Amino acid sequence: MTTVWSGAALAEAIEAFAPGSVESSAGTDVWLKPESISDVCGGLKTRAEFKFDLLSSLTAVDYIDHFEVVYHLTSLPMNASAVLKSRVGLGRTDASIPSVVPVWRGADYQEREVWDLMGIRFDGHPNHKRIMLWEGFPGHPLRKDYVTYDQSIVGPSDEQELVESTDSDGGGE
Amino acid sequence: MAIKTQPVTVNLGPQHPSTHGVFRMRVMFDGEEIVDVEPIFGYLHRGSEKLAEERTYTQIVTLTDRMDYVSSMLNNHAYILAVEKLARIEPSPRGVWLRMIASELQRVASHLVATGFLIQDLGALGTPLIYAMRERENILDLFEMICGARITNSYLRPGGVFMDAPAEFWPALDRGLDDIVRTIDELEAYLSGNEIIFSRTKGTAVLSPELLINASITGPMLRASGVDWDLRHRAPYDYYDRVNFERILHTASDNYARYWVRVQEMRESVKIIKQCIEQIEPGPVRPSFDDVPRLIRPPEGDAYVAIEGSKGELGFYLVSDGGISPYRMHVRASSLINLTLLRDMLIGGQFGDLFVTFGSVDLNMGEVDR
Repeated sequence: MTTVWSGAALAEAIEAFAPGSVESSAGTDVWLKPESISDVCGGLKTRAEFKFDLLSSLTAVDYIDHFEVVYHLTSLPMNASAVLKSRVGLGRTDASIPSVVPVWRGADYQEREVWDLMGIRFDGHPNHKRIMLWEGFPGHPLRKDYVTYDQSIVGPSDEQELVESTDSDGGGE
Repeated sequence: MAIKTQPVTVNLGPQHPSTHGVFRMRVMFDGEEIVDVEPIFGYLHRGSEKLAEERTYTQIVTLTDRMDYVSSMLNNHAYILAVEKLARIEPSPRGVWLRMIASELQRVASHLVATGFLIQDLGALGTPLIYAMRERENILDLFEMICGARITNSYLRPGGVFMDAPAEFWPALDRGLDDIVRTIDELEAYLSGNEIIFSRTKGTAVLSPELLINASITGPMLRASGVDWDLRHRAPYDYYDRVNFERILHTASDNYARYWVRVQEMRESVKIIKQCIEQIEPGPVRPSFDDVPRLIRPPEGDAYVAIEGSKGELGFYLVSDGGISPYRMHVRASSLINLTLLRDMLIGGQFGDLFVTFGSVDLNMGEVDR
């Protein structure tokens, strides 16, 4: 069975080789400072006590006032897993974080996907381009403030009026 | 006398039968040799992750069907496990056994498609593919018996499955398993020792295990390089710790090894299903609606669950804000990530091997683009 690193234990172990890189920890999660992500990930991959050689998943969440990049790591030799998180773009400014492609090549398409759909820039990515959508697509669709096509032609308030008017008129025009 | 050549750029796809959907590659050739490849995705992007933010947890099951549409049950399975972890739902034992049977049947169906189309890409037009698809058809008939649908099943629900299998399903399943083994024997008799298959697949697109792990590649591709990594064994979910199966490993890490691992894994799936049939007991297939209501409101928090899908680690990351739909859903799509090394596999190879290598990755564009 896979051992899951607790946030507190992992934060302590990271602080031992990269002092000052941890922001906080809770449950199974460790929050890292964005600028230290490359050093920490490099250490987690190579150091004998971790050996996190496989990046399972890399994604991001839009929390309105900031974005959170989430890394799920797996260690094949130790059969262990860990969760790293990092808050970027505080106050919805331009969000960016160093790329981890030099550490794990598996981050290549996943970082491009996060840039494409969530709009977080990965500094140092070797091929920093959109992946699902075409170059020139307006905006980043997975952001919470993205206006979809349906919302752009019928806003939420208009939709409400539409329903009310059909009720009173008995079927619109 | 050497003939002077100059590189030519060729656009392959998106509409091409060998691209397994709508995949496009810009390939630069120098004669027959591939010198550069640029994959271009997104022709099947439907924004499933955005759509999920507006649907309830039960409605999203139908979205997961349409991601990797040749292994819908496995998508359902990964998603439902993530919901159960997020909402702390205890599943019903009979429902768990039923969804394990469904998942393993789906794995066989998916591997049959992968194998059949790989042989088709090799130039064996028709016959081996029809043999594989004929067997897949029987599995789809079994799915129709248990849930009424063949491809987009939506069979699983938080806590189990939505209905019990009818009485006539069990004898049909026994016959189906015998048929699967017979078809695998047939395929292997024609293909696994075939000189033409050897010469086309052995020694092509070889990747080292270190490179595969570094590029997050999992599933049959990783096991074909000799790395013993199967989430059903290393991180057992559901009742996979109560069944015995062998992990299929090959050390060559070439196109033949990937084909061989998939064929042998189908036999192991049949073994797992037989053990499930022995251990399944009567009872409810899902908790009552008092325990697990139709509208689930998981507590605030996030959950990531990964299962061993037919193509590798299939993970769902769900974030809840306490509402009736997820705040964010992310799919760790093994098909997309398994393509990371496509350039390494193709560059330096021959044009004739391009689609064979591509077929041996076993990707599904519905999952790549989502």
